Amino acid sequence: MVGIAMPAPDRGVLARRDEIVAALKAIVPGEGVIDALTEMRPYETDALTAYRQMPLVVVLPETVDQVSRILRYCYENEVKVVPRGAGTSLSGGALPLADGVLMSMMKFNRILDIDFPNRAVIAQPGVTNLGITRAVEHEGFYYAPDPSSQIACSIGGNIAENSGGVHCLKYGLTTNNVLGLEMVLITGEVIRLGGKHMEAEGYDLLALMTGSEGLLGVVTEVTVRILQKPETARAALVGFPTSEDGGRCVADIIAAGIIPGGMEMMDGPAIQAAEDYVNAGYPRDAEALLIVELDGPEAEVDFLLARVEEIARANRAGYLRVSTSEEERLVFWAGRKSAFPAVGRISPDYLCMDGTIPRRELPRVLAGMRELSVKHGLRCANVFHAGDGNLHPLILYDANKPGELEAAEAFGADILRLCVAVGGVLTGEHGVGIEKRDLMPEMFSEDDLKQQQRVKCAFDDKHLLNPGKVFPVLHRCADLGMMHVHKGQLAFPDIPRF
Amino acid sequence: MTHSALTPTTAEEMRDVLAYAAAEELPVEILGQGSKRALGRPVQAAHVLDLSRLSGVEVYEPAELVLTAKAGTPMAEIEALVAGAGQELSFEPMDFGPLLGEAAGKGTLGGLIGANLAGPRRIKAGAARDHILGLDAVSGRGEIFRSGGRVVKNVTGYDLPRALTGAYGTLAVSTLITLKVNPRAETSASLALNGLSDAAAVAAMCAAMGSSAEVSAAAHLPEGICQRLGVAGEDRPGPVTLLRLEGFGPSVEYRFANLARRLAEFGPAERIGDAASKALWQAVRDVIPFAGSRNPVWRVSVPPASGAELMQRLRSMMPVEGFYDWSGGLLWLQMLDGEVHDVPLRAAIADHGGGHATLIRASAATRAAVPVFQPQPAPLAALSRRLKAQFDPKGILNPGRMVADA
Ligand SMILES: Cc1cc2nc3c(=O)[nH]c(=O)nc-3n(C[C@H](O)[C@H](O)[C@H](O)COP(=O)(O)OP(=O)(O)OC[C@H]3O[C@@H](n4cnc5c(N)ncnc54)[C@H](O)[C@@H]3O)c2cc1C
Ligand SMILES: Cc1cc2nc3c(=O)[nH]c(=O)nc-3n(C[C@H](O)[C@H](O)[C@H](O)COP(=O)(O)OP(=O)(O)OC[C@H]3O[C@@H](n4cnc5c(N)ncnc54)[C@H](O)[C@@H]3O)c2cc1C
Repeated sequence: MVGIAMPAPDRGVLARRDEIVAALKAIVPGEGVIDALTEMRPYETDALTAYRQMPLVVVLPETVDQVSRILRYCYENEVKVVPRGAGTSLSGGALPLADGVLMSMMKFNRILDIDFPNRAVIAQPGVTNLGITRAVEHEGFYYAPDPSSQIACSIGGNIAENSGGVHCLKYGLTTNNVLGLEMVLITGEVIRLGGKHMEAEGYDLLALMTGSEGLLGVVTEVTVRILQKPETARAALVGFPTSEDGGRCVADIIAAGIIPGGMEMMDGPAIQAAEDYVNAGYPRDAEALLIVELDGPEAEVDFLLARVEEIARANRAGYLRVSTSEEERLVFWAGRKSAFPAVGRISPDYLCMDGTIPRRELPRVLAGMRELSVKHGLRCANVFHAGDGNLHPLILYDANKPGELEAAEAFGADILRLCVAVGGVLTGEHGVGIEKRDLMPEMFSEDDLKQQQRVKCAFDDKHLLNPGKVFPVLHRCADLGMMHVHKGQLAFPDIPRF
Repeated sequence: MTHSALTPTTAEEMRDVLAYAAAEELPVEILGQGSKRALGRPVQAAHVLDLSRLSGVEVYEPAELVLTAKAGTPMAEIEALVAGAGQELSFEPMDFGPLLGEAAGKGTLGGLIGANLAGPRRIKAGAARDHILGLDAVSGRGEIFRSGGRVVKNVTGYDLPRALTGAYGTLAVSTLITLKVNPRAETSASLALNGLSDAAAVAAMCAAMGSSAEVSAAAHLPEGICQRLGVAGEDRPGPVTLLRLEGFGPSVEYRFANLARRLAEFGPAERIGDAASKALWQAVRDVIPFAGSRNPVWRVSVPPASGAELMQRLRSMMPVEGFYDWSGGLLWLQMLDGEVHDVPLRAAIADHGGGHATLIRASAATRAAVPVFQPQPAPLAALSRRLKAQFDPKGILNPGRMVADA
């Protein structure tokens, strides 16, 4: 593995492998335990394929009771566990550990309840994101958060990563669309949070679980909100001579009180790659291309598109087309949606980064990335969720050329540092995982990180769930629990009043 | 039993106060404007940590849709500021003054986050927890920590800002808060259906929510409640069901027509224009029908479609009146005999699809004796206690506010 160190495997656990496999087989009968090397191979990486690691053993439970017994066994015997959904994580969140059990949740693949009056669906965590929409679309409903991986990724993985997609700007991330869940703690205890009603009582543990990257508990059931599909959707394709013009147009649209269903931008290199790949009719001479999609009642969409056109012209749009049919709208999106494979054609490998910035910093960050591209000697193409400032720079490299992966990683890290420096964050939707783990101190102080790890201790005091992810340094919970205050040593003028 | 008040003016002073309080194991009561101390469980603390001098908006950027302000900033100041730029907090924070018999228009940003406020727009726009982006806070250990950020899309680390929202100041004291703001709708209108039974009203509201009309509030006021909203011209006698539409002018008109067609089986649709509609929803939001009394008031959250059934069951068990918000998912109940009826109320909720009940108005003695917040199953309660211990190991922050002995 390049660059990132993982905790050293526990020799004691490695030596006990046969015993652990036997114990798991006693809990999950039949083919639910995979311990042959060749059969474990598909699990050695997630979508961050630069990193690979064989797990100790793979287990595929089918019932909540099995999950509970597996976790209790691991807790009592101090064995690490990595939960896994569909393995599409781009940050290495599902990367196995040599001394850890990999627990795949993909046999939890049923939808348990569809409740249209309450606009709720209860699903097992292995159901795909798109599977939920498929199950309700005959009544005109859909599940709003739409990661590009929606055909493959699991709803459990979505919870763990707080996934989002093109629709997030208007309809929110996973965290805004989840009503409840059932989860199993590392001790084997089963806990239910929320339900079909709004607002769970007590501390908002639902919020903590969403985006917890498999470190706090294993999700075994999810209740999500479904929405009625918008009546119509139309898109405008707008080309600008500079990215500054595009960035200003985005800001003006929002300032006019318009929240589009989706607002995506591509830079010059991404436009060329996409146009070569799908011939969507993108303007090749544009430096920035904006797709603005408005969805909702027909009358509203028509009305707002006219306003968007005005705003675009005021911002020097050199090219402007509004979709007049559903086919045309889909063609507009075809280039954006295939930007990743399109870039895959012009470069043997690429690294997809994921940072968020305040929108107004867009021109500065794009200029900074051009400088970094020179510094690291690698090309970079940009596609991003312009409406919410979530960037996805694609760093092009060739893994077969010595040193290029390392250069790409260094380039990526510099981009994320730049995002933080302008007031943004390290990851907008892909998670920290192992990829951005060592950059966490760029954004957080030691005290910030300690307080986050204390949350982990409340759920998992032995650090057995997915350790080595998210946090750059592992502290023992006992150390984190210490208080460093000493009577009388703190200066505060009002103390006598106590 | 309060002995003294501390009024830190900076996060560093706050840290020093709390570090000292932790070392001495001296509990503190955290107060914004303290306007709502007559709510929740009475706090067992000898000292007050008053946030009123930690006040002021630091950054407001309308084009970025974000606002950052110190925790003690009055909400009135924030709401006026964003209104000036044609924006609003779309979760419509409710004003508890009238219901509790106190002054209206009070409350701070920290208190709003502490209580996770939400108004009728909850069904479309979420609650405060859906709009918080980041915060700086001081834990019960006397350590400053920062979490979240200033951008809308962020999954860097655990979501502590949301976890602290609704924690009633029992985990940490926030000092600086960043919120997402939204454009204020250009106009609004409400569709009223008159004379529906509770069951028919809930069916109509669920049908409206399941349509593409983008309904932004749905309430049902049974017979006699509407007159008590205190809104001029709304003194209709029978039950009324209200559905709100907001947005750009042509959009609202178009959606109104579609929705009226869709709900035709429930009777003719009456149209209530922008100004009257706003007054109505503010009164619903602030639970005006139950203002001016001292009877116990409960706030009950259930799956929307079970609201009416639950209400019918309760009426057969106790002298209660109530009305529905959130498409039937939020029931405001007033106990007419002055008793709280917590045990049968919670049992009935459990029987009708689950949910929770929070006691909002009752005497201090009652609030110390009856669980104000929904009691939790043992493993969940234990997890919550472990979480509290990680933030506030000495139990100095608002002890007793959420649960007795914690
Ligand atoms: C081509 C492509 C496009 C993508 N586009 C987007 C996008 O637009 N937006 C976006 O947000 N993401 C995107 N992703 C990233 C990825 O699809 C999401 O992060 C997704 O939510 C991961 O789901 P998964 O089921 O594959 O989880 P996995 O990769 O299997 O696991 C991800 C994390 O979740 C944990 N986990 C999984 N299941 C559970 C469970 N049941 N309980 C507890 N923890 C669990 C794992 O431990 C791990 O930390 C994309 C990925 C690819 C490959
Ligand atoms: C049981 C209960 C249920 C309620 N439910 C609702 C509701 O559903 N909707 C609604 O609109 N209102 C609700 N409220 C009312 C809400 O408390 C007040 O409207 C709001 O807090 C007013 O702000 P304030 O500054 O006066 O708050 P205060 O009364 O001063 O404080 C409110 C709570 O927040 C804490 N707090 C204040 N500042 C901070 C800070 N900086 N950091 C951390 N914690 C802080 C306080 O300790 C206290 O627990 C509820 C209150 C209670 C007790």
